Amino acid sequence: MAQATADPRLGADSPDALRSDPRKRRTERIARLVFMSAAFFSVVVTLAIVLSLVFEALSFLLGVDLGALFEMGWFPRRGLFDVRTLIVGTLLVTGIAMLVAAPLGLGAALYLSEYARPRLRRSVKPMIEILAGVPSVTLGYFAISFITPQLLRPFQSDVAFFNLASAGLAVGILTLPLVASVAEDAMRAVPQSLREAAYGLGSRRMKVAVNVVFPAAISGIVAALVIGASRAIGETMVVAIASGATGGSLFSLDVFQPGQTMTAAMAALGAGTDQVRGADNAFQSLFFIGLLLFAITLGLNVFGDRFVRRIRERY
Amino acid sequence: MDARMSMTETGRRQGLMARPVPRAESEAAPSVVPTTVFDINDVSVYYGGFRAIRDVSLDISKNQITAMIGPSGCGKSTMLRCFNRMNDLIDIARVEGSLRYHGVDLYGKGVDAVEVRRRIGMVFQKPNPFPKSIYDNVAFGPRVAGVKGALDDVVEESLRRAALWDEVKDRLKQSAYGLSGGQQQRLCIARALAVSPEVILMDEPCSALDPIATAKIEDLMAEIKRDYTIIIVTHNMQQAARVSDMTAFFTAEVNEQSDTRTGILVEYDRTDKIFQDPADRRTEDYVSGRFG
Ligand SMILES: Nc1ncnc2c1ncn2[C@@H]1O[C@H](COP(=O)(O)OP(=O)(O)O)[C@@H](O)[C@H]1O
Ligand SMILES: [Mg+2]
Repeated sequence: MAQATADPRLGADSPDALRSDPRKRRTERIARLVFMSAAFFSVVVTLAIVLSLVFEALSFLLGVDLGALFEMGWFPRRGLFDVRTLIVGTLLVTGIAMLVAAPLGLGAALYLSEYARPRLRRSVKPMIEILAGVPSVTLGYFAISFITPQLLRPFQSDVAFFNLASAGLAVGILTLPLVASVAEDAMRAVPQSLREAAYGLGSRRMKVAVNVVFPAAISGIVAALVIGASRAIGETMVVAIASGATGGSLFSLDVFQPGQTMTAAMAALGAGTDQVRGADNAFQSLFFIGLLLFAITLGLNVFGDRFVRRIRERY
Repeated sequence: MDARMSMTETGRRQGLMARPVPRAESEAAPSVVPTTVFDINDVSVYYGGFRAIRDVSLDISKNQITAMIGPSGCGKSTMLRCFNRMNDLIDIARVEGSLRYHGVDLYGKGVDAVEVRRRIGMVFQKPNPFPKSIYDNVAFGPRVAGVKGALDDVVEESLRRAALWDEVKDRLKQSAYGLSGGQQQRLCIARALAVSPEVILMDEPCSALDPIATAKIEDLMAEIKRDYTIIIVTHNMQQAARVSDMTAFFTAEVNEQSDTRTGILVEYDRTDKIFQDPADRRTEDYVSGRFG
């Protein structure tokens, strides 16, 4: 009775019940602020990285004789900054890696999503994901101790101990589980009702997989390939170990010879084998390569996105 | 032994076997008596250890519309999915008993579920067009069946039969997802017709549709009945009464020990009989609305 006014349902009888509580409002504001800073943190960090890249890269370009960008090879300590050498190295390694990861990764994804029984899928998928967790150093040594002597030398006469091909294959193995896992998720996300429609029309499993599931999941599949390629482009350790040429490399298109990728060259510059303070500008060249790398990865993502928009089947 | 042999022969003639055998010239079928398309005997379906339907027996005649009615969860969809072996897609599902399609054991050794489904098509509860163009949706079945070349005629004919042609003829290349729900469902019917099945299974094809779209689909069923045998699941009794020749009433039996429900076929008869003079008390309660 005396407590009647404390009953929040008695709105009109207790005008205070409708009044907002300043303490609650403050909590709301603080929460909002905390989450907002979390969101902006990553944006700010990214921007800061890009800006510092651009800044240092510019100072490199201004300080270097532009002719040094087109030389016989990449030897930063001697003032030879032929970036083509590194770009070609990166493209070769990434290309070889995707030749391994794309067909095997998508094949594994199709198998797991469309063919494997649920129980098998539940045990195989985690195994594939464990492969994704193998430290890349391990794969670097796997490349020099197994891929080069056992897989390459039997079929090809002139294979150097350190070579781009073995690095590419190892990076492919490294990337495969990522491609398989992301693509499988995309395929599993295709509604079961579409599969039933196809089976109901007398489709074989293969037709369902290729004509229904694959096109319906195409945006996730392209995303898997883009993520895989980005991962391959960014992979440093495998290439640093398996393709040698830490001191610099000659321009070459031969995948069975040593070579460097952009990331491996950056690591070499930073790791002390190449003293970063070698020749003038060697340090800044690192940022220039970094910026190029950033542009390539960004371009790949934008391209992937465009492509998907064009061919996507919405469901 | 003899019976088995002749069964296999029939099976080959129907082309259901995995290995194609040259088609023998079929002798003219006696057309006066309605042909039995399905002969179902003591069929039970299990999902893992759970028995979803028990001992269902019924015959389905050619060029008739058979309705399966009953409260939700009594196993109508489960039964329907046996007719074209869609239950094969469910890992834990197991079918027992005998299902004969023109005398061939549908679940017999050597019978190819894909061949079964080409002859026994299906329309689902929720319209499920492919995320492709209207044209490609209808052409999908013939294409996977290996038909090469232009399918314009098949597509037009199927869309006409599904009473959709006039509404879509100017936008065949547009996505099927731009159609309304009712149009999508008729597209799914057209898609099923395009492979020229003998039987069409429909699982509550109108449950997601408004009354006008529903009426269109009912009209179209009456229209295509001449050429197809239709089995329709519906929980709309008026619909069953309106469209079907035969009606099967299912209900769920509670199993006291396990607290699960198993579907059984209570009564199967001519539709007018089921609705006006049912033999079983449970049927009467259901069709008069005293149940569920
Ligand atoms: N894929 C499945 N796995 C396990 N149980 C199922 C599955 N499909 C249906 N059931 C069960 O089988 C019974 C019958 O279901 P269903 O055939 O869909 O009934 P209806 O179509 O008459 O509503 C229900 O108890 C349902 O839970
Ligand atoms: Mg159902």
